[in-house]
Amino acid sequence: MMDAADDDSPGGATVLEARAVSKRFAGVTALDAVDFAVREGSSTALMGENGAGKSTLIKVLTGVYQPDGGDLLLGGEQVAFARPLDAQRSGVSTIYQEVNLVPLMSVAQNVFLGREPRTRLGLIDFRTMHAAARRLLDAYGIRVDVRSPLRSLPLGVQQMVALARAVSINARVVIMDEPTSSLEAREVETLFRVIALLREQGIAIVYVSHRMDEIYAVCDRVTVLRDGRAVHTGPLGELPRMELVSLMLGRSVERVERGGVTAFRDAGRSTAPPVLVATDLSRKHQIDAVDLSIRPGEIVGLGGLLGSGRSETLKAMAGVMQLDRGAVDVDGRSVRSGSVPAAIRAGIVMLPEDRKAEGIVPGLSVRDNIVLAALPRLSRGGFSSRRKQDAVVDVFMKRLHIKASSADQLVSELSGGNQQKVMIARWLAMSPKVLLLDEPTRGIDVGAKAEVQALIDELAAEGLAIVLVSSEVEEVVEGSSRVVVLRDGSVGTELTGVHVDEEHLLAALAGDRGADAGSAVGAGATR
Amino acid sequence: MTAGSVTLALPARRELLAFLQRYGVYLAIVVLLLYNLFFTPNFFTLDTFRTQFVQVVPVLVVALGMALVIGTEGIDLSVGAVMALAAAIIPLYIGYGAVPAALIAIAAGAAIGLVNGSLVALVGVQPIVATLAFLVAGRGIALLVAGEQLKSVTDPGLLALGRQGVAGVPYSVLLAVVLVVLVAVLVRRTTFGKQLVAVGGNRRAAELAGLPVTRILLLTYVAAAVLASIAGVVGTARLGASVPSTLGNLIELSAITAVVVGGTPLTGGQVRVLGTVAGALLLQFISATLIRNNVPDAYSQIAQAVIILVAVYIQRGRTAAR
Repeated sequence: MMDAADDDSPGGATVLEARAVSKRFAGVTALDAVDFAVREGSSTALMGENGAGKSTLIKVLTGVYQPDGGDLLLGGEQVAFARPLDAQRSGVSTIYQEVNLVPLMSVAQNVFLGREPRTRLGLIDFRTMHAAARRLLDAYGIRVDVRSPLRSLPLGVQQMVALARAVSINARVVIMDEPTSSLEAREVETLFRVIALLREQGIAIVYVSHRMDEIYAVCDRVTVLRDGRAVHTGPLGELPRMELVSLMLGRSVERVERGGVTAFRDAGRSTAPPVLVATDLSRKHQIDAVDLSIRPGEIVGLGGLLGSGRSETLKAMAGVMQLDRGAVDVDGRSVRSGSVPAAIRAGIVMLPEDRKAEGIVPGLSVRDNIVLAALPRLSRGGFSSRRKQDAVVDVFMKRLHIKASSADQLVSELSGGNQQKVMIARWLAMSPKVLLLDEPTRGIDVGAKAEVQALIDELAAEGLAIVLVSSEVEEVVEGSSRVVVLRDGSVGTELTGVHVDEEHLLAALAGDRGADAGSAVGAGATR
Repeated sequence: MTAGSVTLALPARRELLAFLQRYGVYLAIVVLLLYNLFFTPNFFTLDTFRTQFVQVVPVLVVALGMALVIGTEGIDLSVGAVMALAAAIIPLYIGYGAVPAALIAIAAGAAIGLVNGSLVALVGVQPIVATLAFLVAGRGIALLVAGEQLKSVTDPGLLALGRQGVAGVPYSVLLAVVLVVLVAVLVRRTTFGKQLVAVGGNRRAAELAGLPVTRILLLTYVAAAVLASIAGVVGTARLGASVPSTLGNLIELSAITAVVVGGTPLTGGQVRVLGTVAGALLLQFISATLIRNNVPDAYSQIAQAVIILVAVYIQRGRTAAR
């Protein structure tokens, strides 16, 4: 590991530097003595999984947050940004995913917003403004009518305009947060060209993205954050992808390799015909031609880094997300896309990732939460039958060991683990064929976690087909009989048999070609 | 020591607020009745109570529908205008008899409810905005339908609804009791009622659980509008005249007050039917008490405002204490 400032990696003098910056929110440490530096003409990747502290760091650098400790230095001098405008005036600009310009104003007006050239009468000098805007955009190879309203342009071009605006305000540092998340491939090329031009002018870039390929294409340096700490800083070229991924996830490569090969659940491999076949699942900017088939009794892990499309794939199958293309079949019958009730009728149910926001109804009792989806089945002539409900609720509260004072207790008073069991009970009451689990053990205590994991195993043994998404590497590896790894929205690799281990998974997450070849053998053997 | 007393005080405060949210309205009614028993002459007579119950019917019936809408985390500002529309329609069809005229008025109300519900559920307009449209336009439409002049209603069937009863109980009060029971059963016993409350409690979760959220919202706004048109029919029957220019004016505010005072949170996910009944009665008793004691009517409105503030404070305080 190298020091933030004085290694001999690419780039010129340090422009913006954070020294031992800390930030706490209501007792939770978001940033813990983080060192971060960007250099003239260099492009630094800021990497980290959810909750690593990336956005907090960016907000500290741009004056949205004030740090609780540590120093910010701009061009070697200590600075304090009280608000975003201060940072912008000092030359630190941010380009967000969503362009924050005025959509109804013209391109030129947006570029010069707040500093329009004036005529002698104090009116806006449109002629000069348009010419200047055209010159500026031409320099980046962006050809648009600068008089047209911004919102009439594609998103990619709008972003270029934002970029041009930032640079024309004498930006010294440009921070880009997921700039390509909604761009077309061709727009991405233009963006990369512009970034190269900016770097030639000596501007420092901070680049945040989940896309590995982009990072390696655009950046020459990297800082990895994990749990609010900077765990690695250095040149990017010397850092293999696999090591970068293990840094982000906090799994050391050596340890993983020593762990060796496990044949965890080969015995449980199913030979029955697949119950769910998903083909060519595609939705613009999210997933692209994802194929997946699951047999009864199988637990298929869906691997992938943040932004790889793993949750989106689940949502597509559960009918939560409308598809542009592709089909989901259950037992050979196709399921209407984009309809949750249709998916549920076909036997596909999903445990959502965010239990609080998308799962439980906090004001209702345990009973009402369990029977929520099954209500029509537990009713007669539109009247809900308490007797039928009690039968179901009793069975699942006992079977899943749901700890509540009674079925009438408010679900919001239960622990996270018990709430999760209530959610699982809600779906088991529907006698599903396919259970999609999005982070089933997130935010629940260790004991409940083991219980939920054991339950998942048990359900698979009973013939349920299960898809498991988890950001915990060991949960995916230990829980799954097969792992499909997504990368940038499409299926990258499939791990089967002896290849379902941490080493292969990390390699696949990183997009290591060698690992692809190794696991393809395993995949071929089982198909 | 200080820390100890704080940890003790918080749950106690929370429980008190929870108790007040649930039963405060009944407590207030009891206090008010006791006050009248001792200080207001001639308050405790059968006649007084009969009048109070007859007068509360429109607000109560409208509030029942409002409670359903608020249970879905919505609000319906158009109910007064729907009442006016019902009043305007009745004289046009009263020639066919009281029942057909009332049914047509109710059907028109249902249509408005369908529009409100579509705006909320399909278009995704905020309920307050979606129903504001008809609050503004509705009375105008009603006046266009009715023509300018006041029309008296002479149909004996309709007048009976407003002025007669059995065994001393007015028909309109009986109708209100039936509606209260129907709505209470709807909320507590039917699949629809349970789904409605779930939609209000967590709409996203309801969608992901496969509930027909759109249909539930549509039906809820239709139900609110149907109840409002029934209130319009009853109001017209009692007046013996169709008065779309004033009937139900500002009733949406009284209805919302009754619902909130009755312990139904504005944040949705709960519907308290009996609480709503009590809330409407409380408002009625307050204005009656003030009138009987020769306090100007303006004070009654101020009193209403104070009660709303207290009720909302109790709800807020309870969530904050969590």
